[in-house]
Amino acid sequence: MNPPLSFFDIVWLARWPLLYGLGTTVAISALAILGGTVLGTGLGLALTYGNRSVRGIARVYTDVIRGTPVLVLVLASFYILGTVGLDLSAFQAGVLALTLFCASHVGEITRGALQTLHKGQTEAAKAIGLTFGQTFRYVLGPQALRLALPPLINTAAEMVKASTLLSVIGVAELLLRTQEVISRAFHSLEFYLLAGFLYFLVNFAIERLGRYVERRVSLA
Amino acid sequence: MTANLLEIRDLHKSYGPVEVLKGVDCDVRAGEVISIIGSSGSGKTTILRCVNMLEEFEGGTIRIDGEEIGYSTAGGQRKRKAEKEIARQRALTGMAFQQFNLFPHMTALENVTLGLTLVRKMGREEARALGENWLDRVGLLQRKDHYPAKLSGGQQQRVAIARAIAMSPRLMLFDEVTSALDPELVAEVLQVVRSLAEDGMTMLLVTHEMRFAYEVSSRVIFMNGGRIGEEGNPREMFAAPKTERLAAFLQSSRFN
Repeated sequence: MNPPLSFFDIVWLARWPLLYGLGTTVAISALAILGGTVLGTGLGLALTYGNRSVRGIARVYTDVIRGTPVLVLVLASFYILGTVGLDLSAFQAGVLALTLFCASHVGEITRGALQTLHKGQTEAAKAIGLTFGQTFRYVLGPQALRLALPPLINTAAEMVKASTLLSVIGVAELLLRTQEVISRAFHSLEFYLLAGFLYFLVNFAIERLGRYVERRVSLA
Repeated sequence: MTANLLEIRDLHKSYGPVEVLKGVDCDVRAGEVISIIGSSGSGKTTILRCVNMLEEFEGGTIRIDGEEIGYSTAGGQRKRKAEKEIARQRALTGMAFQQFNLFPHMTALENVTLGLTLVRKMGREEARALGENWLDRVGLLQRKDHYPAKLSGGQQQRVAIARAIAMSPRLMLFDEVTSALDPELVAEVLQVVRSLAEDGMTMLLVTHEMRFAYEVSSRVIFMNGGRIGEEGNPREMFAAPKTERLAAFLQSSRFN
């Protein structure tokens, strides 16, 4: 009779499902953060510089999405969009929901950072003849980025954690994979600790990367 | 008759219900140095801000070299020009601000060259050479790689002036450029302004430095309640003000 398998043997046997799960988690988070940042920057611009109606629309979007639980967004994106003929896979629907959620946060962060900048910056840029696009790209954007970086990193970490909610609609990300492994091999405490550790690693990497960028762009 | 470089006609500007400019007319010929004086709230700064379209204005026209600034009037309809066109027109004038407004994330030299490369479409090397030339002119070449936070107020203002003047504007606007400075830093900035005036730069300056206005201006405009209260040669005006308001204003101003 074989000796009983140790926990580490089981982890080794389950390495592929777990790694796929981790990869899926990273992919979901990366796509949501990337899409959310692009969309959110536009939203922040609309909130700050838009005319009345543009501002109003952006404001409603931001408040509604930020005020909705992410799980509700995920479920709505998966079940409701299907009924109106937009047929998304669970992965696509989940990424869409997280992207929209991320954008609402990035929008607020961007608006906050832009409004903190002294209006003299815009005026000085205008005075030398810069267009609005040039002013944003060369004068306001770089300064706003420095202010926004810490809360942006925080939001990125939140998105990694929120990606676990996609397990509910059957996306085989790290949490769901872990649960599947547990259902066959038990050791639930150890596997949840392992999953927790892997999530920590991802967020630790994000935090380190953020610090690195902060240092690179700092003026000191 | 020489053509006017700047021509302001019946300029009206309100902030909400408060009318700050109630019909200002002003002609500036090339090479003139005009100081605008008056108490706070009299509309001095607003004139400068209208000339480079940092403020919208509701009535009147401003022309630089005959070209209407900010708005076009066709068939009795007044229309704001396109943003791109306004950006181009803003580059006709250079402006130095009370608060300097240097870009804090760029070095002194980068502050000066930004407009040269983006607006004047100069190559990197050409812009750098011109930028260094102007920084040298304001006595700050050795500080070209410093960020604004590492410069004194007077140095920041000199960089800001270099940034504006390097664009070779037709007209320089100085908006209380020494008001935010410690007293001992005022002289170095005024020295720069004075040397530009001596070079024949056309300029419009809002200032509280009466002695400076007296010494460098070819003409002084005294603003009073949104209108031009009095204008003329500084020597005559300061020696014998025609209006009581100007007499009272001069009396209350530090003349140091």
